[in-house]
Amino acid sequence: MNPFSYARPTGITEAVREGATRHARFLAGGTNLVDLMKENVEQPERLIDINRLPLKKIEDLEGGGLRLGALATNSETAYDPRVARHYPLLSAAILSGASPQLRNAATNGGNLNQRTRCYYFYDRATACNKREPGSGCGALGGVNRIHAILGASDQCIATHPSDMCVALAALDAQVRITGPAGDRVIPLTDYHRLPDDKPWLDNRLRPGELVTAIDLPPEDFSEHYTYLKLRDRLSYAFALVSVAVALRLDGKRISEARIALGGVAHKPWRSPVAESGLAGEQVSREVFANAANALLDGAVGHGDNDFKIELARRAIIRALEQAANGTPQSLFDKRIS
Amino acid sequence: MDTRTHDDTSDHAVVTRDTLTLRLTVNGKPRQYAIEPWVTLLDLLREHEHLTGTKKGCDHGQCGACTVLVDGKRINSCLALAICKDGAQVTTIEGLEAGDRLHPLQQAFMDHDALQCGYCTPGQICSAQGLINEGHARARDEVRESMSGNLCRCGCYTNITDAIMEVLEQEGAR
Repeated sequence: MNPFSYARPTGITEAVREGATRHARFLAGGTNLVDLMKENVEQPERLIDINRLPLKKIEDLEGGGLRLGALATNSETAYDPRVARHYPLLSAAILSGASPQLRNAATNGGNLNQRTRCYYFYDRATACNKREPGSGCGALGGVNRIHAILGASDQCIATHPSDMCVALAALDAQVRITGPAGDRVIPLTDYHRLPDDKPWLDNRLRPGELVTAIDLPPEDFSEHYTYLKLRDRLSYAFALVSVAVALRLDGKRISEARIALGGVAHKPWRSPVAESGLAGEQVSREVFANAANALLDGAVGHGDNDFKIELARRAIIRALEQAANGTPQSLFDKRIS
Repeated sequence: MDTRTHDDTSDHAVVTRDTLTLRLTVNGKPRQYAIEPWVTLLDLLREHEHLTGTKKGCDHGQCGACTVLVDGKRINSCLALAICKDGAQVTTIEGLEAGDRLHPLQQAFMDHDALQCGYCTPGQICSAQGLINEGHARARDEVRESMSGNLCRCGCYTNITDAIMEVLEQEGAR
């Protein structure tokens, strides 16, 4: 790890001022940033320890909904009784990710800002446009089992590794940001970006900006939801494909459908066409298969990850069935029902 | 590098490239250190405190051998910068036993042969204590899932789960 200087502000204004200095990085739980610093992938000259900022609360919003403080840990969020009751999709997604130790340290803001797990990004001996712009992409034509099938570019085929963000995307969460130019709010679905020709930019955060909270809208999908995560081992592994589904049903008729995919793109993947195609339809396997095809429209494999297209298609259908039946995927019994 | 110590752990920002003062309570004892900000909690415990029960397995948060309890919660000490934990209570495997009496988890791990080489055991036991503190896992499959952050390359998972189940059941009966 390279030497760096350290600051521990207790006020948000002070933190933002510190964060805007060159080569400074905010440090929260550290579960990703410290690891990347050990690999010299991240080499900040100054760390702004934001753990003492007053952003730890989970609060009810006026008019319904919940505000998740950026510094509330993943564990605190997943087990918050309001989250567990009204947003079980979010609890399930969080508890599908990492390990209890990591979730006790990792924060909500940090989860949004974690970086890809692409092996080439981590390995400084290889080319990576995200780590070193212009150096090329080792994953294209390389080992790419874990890589993107949707929205990738000829510069980068990395995926965003979060489970939590997949659920947040399906729930239409809003990201609250403060920074040198003031406060703003971005829909979670717009927060992360596709790699295009600037893969070093994971999201739309500007220099010095800080995520302060994530707002969950009041809509409650606790009757018909699932988070189905498929991976190389049953626990403690990143998703090859994951599917977050939230449905509203009127008998057997779908009135609203939300579907977000993880493990397949540079950001949680939603398809307005697939979702509007489900609205008004009766629950059936055929209708779900059509939605899967719409979601995977334009999917491209890169060799090792070709299997993900068919895996995702089947996972989407299965997840829609689980949600429609009110039988969400168990976090403990991993047999897929 | 300049190694002067700045005794500044007040609520004001600490802005320095020199060593910083860190105060922790480690296994019940108040301790003070002068450290660089890049020292992880794991390295502090092993190199400064010589508490070598906590193991450096992968050093990347993938194996769980470095698991300790910070304010009662289990974390990977390899991914925590020690300076961020200023003021915290840290418990390691060395701090679990009471006098000459083994902690119930230590005894249960012996009774159930929950180890072969023993390298992962301190992390397993600290993690299991964290699991008990959390109170979410009760059933066997919940314990298995909740211990997934601790790898055992000898493959003692069945016996580890047996040991933890026994202590959980004792706790429940109390």
